[in-house]
Amino acid sequence: MLTTGGKKNSASLLHKLTQTLSYNWQLWALLLPALIWLAVFMYAPMYGVTIAFKDYNSKLGILGSPFAGLKYFRQFFSTNIFYITLRNTLIVSGQQLAFGFPVPILFALLLNQLRFARFRKVVQTISYAPYFISNVVVVSILAVVMSPSGFVNGFIQSTGKAAVLFMTRPEYFRPLYVGSGIWQSMGFNAIIYLAALAGVPPDLHEAAIVDGASKIKRIIHIDLPTIAPTIIIMLILAIGNLMSVGYEKAFLMQSGMNTSVSEIVSTYVYKAGLVNAQYSFATAVGLFNSVINLILLSAANIVSRKTADFGLF
Amino acid sequence: MKNNAKPKRAAAADPIFDIVDALIMAVVCVVIAYPLYYVLVASFTEPHIVTSGKFLLYPEQFYAGGYQRILKYPPIWSGYRNTVLYTVVGTVISLCVTIPAAYSLSRRDMAGRRFLMFLFTLTMFFSGGLIPLYMLIRGIGIYGSLWSVTLPTAVSVWNLIICRTFFETSLPFELYEAAELDGCSNFGFFFRVALPLSSTVVAVMILFYSTAQWNMFMNALMFLSDSDKMPLQVILRNLILINQVNQLSTDMTAVAEQQKLADQLKFGIIVVAALPLLCVYPFIQKYFARGIMIGSIKG
Repeated sequence: MLTTGGKKNSASLLHKLTQTLSYNWQLWALLLPALIWLAVFMYAPMYGVTIAFKDYNSKLGILGSPFAGLKYFRQFFSTNIFYITLRNTLIVSGQQLAFGFPVPILFALLLNQLRFARFRKVVQTISYAPYFISNVVVVSILAVVMSPSGFVNGFIQSTGKAAVLFMTRPEYFRPLYVGSGIWQSMGFNAIIYLAALAGVPPDLHEAAIVDGASKIKRIIHIDLPTIAPTIIIMLILAIGNLMSVGYEKAFLMQSGMNTSVSEIVSTYVYKAGLVNAQYSFATAVGLFNSVINLILLSAANIVSRKTADFGLF
Repeated sequence: MKNNAKPKRAAAADPIFDIVDALIMAVVCVVIAYPLYYVLVASFTEPHIVTSGKFLLYPEQFYAGGYQRILKYPPIWSGYRNTVLYTVVGTVISLCVTIPAAYSLSRRDMAGRRFLMFLFTLTMFFSGGLIPLYMLIRGIGIYGSLWSVTLPTAVSVWNLIICRTFFETSLPFELYEAAELDGCSNFGFFFRVALPLSSTVVAVMILFYSTAQWNMFMNALMFLSDSDKMPLQVILRNLILINQVNQLSTDMTAVAEQQKLADQLKFGIIVVAALPLLCVYPFIQKYFARGIMIGSIKG
């Protein structure tokens, strides 16, 4: 539909709108529940974020509460807890990225080259299993397996050493968090790489075999370059989620004794907001977390656009 | 000729690599599966053998006392009932909201769909956060009810994208145009043509949403208040991680004995909570894999 003239612009816009609506109203009706959901549960809370800049008082409501400016941000930045939670978040998610990101790629490459098709299926099926288990169950399994009477300590004691209190000693929080995370999601995260590997043209491998390339060489020079774009997308997403990782699991693994390392920004938001009812302060801390996340994601995207000529947006 | 053929075959076969690869994969399988198997075996084994801390391969002395106690513990059953209720209701809501929306967003003649999609994807990277959502739930009066744990998670944008990509790639626009010529409305096309052709993606959505709902913990902890409305995951956490197991074994006199039994019970509770999904997943995992691949076609 071409609009007719400059004068009638607004009228024709309205006309166009009613026309598309009458043509497409059923499509809009199908979309409507999701739009309502989006407005209520996603965008209304974004408006609620404004209480980070106010002295929220439930009697006055969000609009009526007095403006407080950056008071709560200053309060957060001036305390020690800011450094502790930020450091803990970045370290634990950095370690998760450093170890948890490459492992599924390696696993997919090795699984893809596994000779025996039946065995390959079995390995893949087993590798998904932990993904279906909730964080509560995973942490519970950790707690019983790593307990002083669990088999891990049984093995340590059989070598003549003393039992280790894995679940309470702070120095074991990060290894256990990252390790159990790999256990949970390695197989599932490998699916996307396996799908990409299925797209490797077989004649590339045949040609390389004729040239006498070993399997390792073929993995490095054929398989890896083929899945490189997928790896980059996953990396951007992973970096974009650096500040928002696994708050449920951190919360579950937290005990009074390991908070020095297990208190991350999001668990702190939960405590400050829902346990201590400091709504404005906790919202400010949460907003800080989201903003850092958005900055990281955009930065990763820009770097990837510049270096690999590829980005999410 | 012979000399040429030999290295060729050696390179193609590469037996050392194959053996090492198979060994690594076998170790990976054991590392993944053993903790699960250990918990299952331990739940059926005499407590003093379990607490001796050795590797268990089978129940050396069979013992089902843990399960007998669990069966008599009401919160586990109320937790089960609640979890099933939340999973069924939550999944139905999610499907009714996500699939029609995904179809609508997949139609290239849908006005403004790029902008609408942007509104959805933005929320994957930026959200109001925990406290505003909590205040909203309280504000609209669904705090503590079934709706507080099913509505906020009704749409997963990730699932919406998977679904939309499926419709875009598997339903040619020409099909709709042909149906329209025959006088088929958008509703008619969606319900009578698009949905019946999309059983794969519907299955994937059922799986993704029901697993998420079954495993939900944090939302239940935040948005529910009555202990008899808590799902299994919350009950499990209270029993195992906050160590309320002692409640299950009050009739034992000696404290040491009681603690031993309490430790034993943990294994049974973990099995009870994890088993349903672990029993179902081998049958549904191929759909999961397919779902991921559908979503990744477009990156």
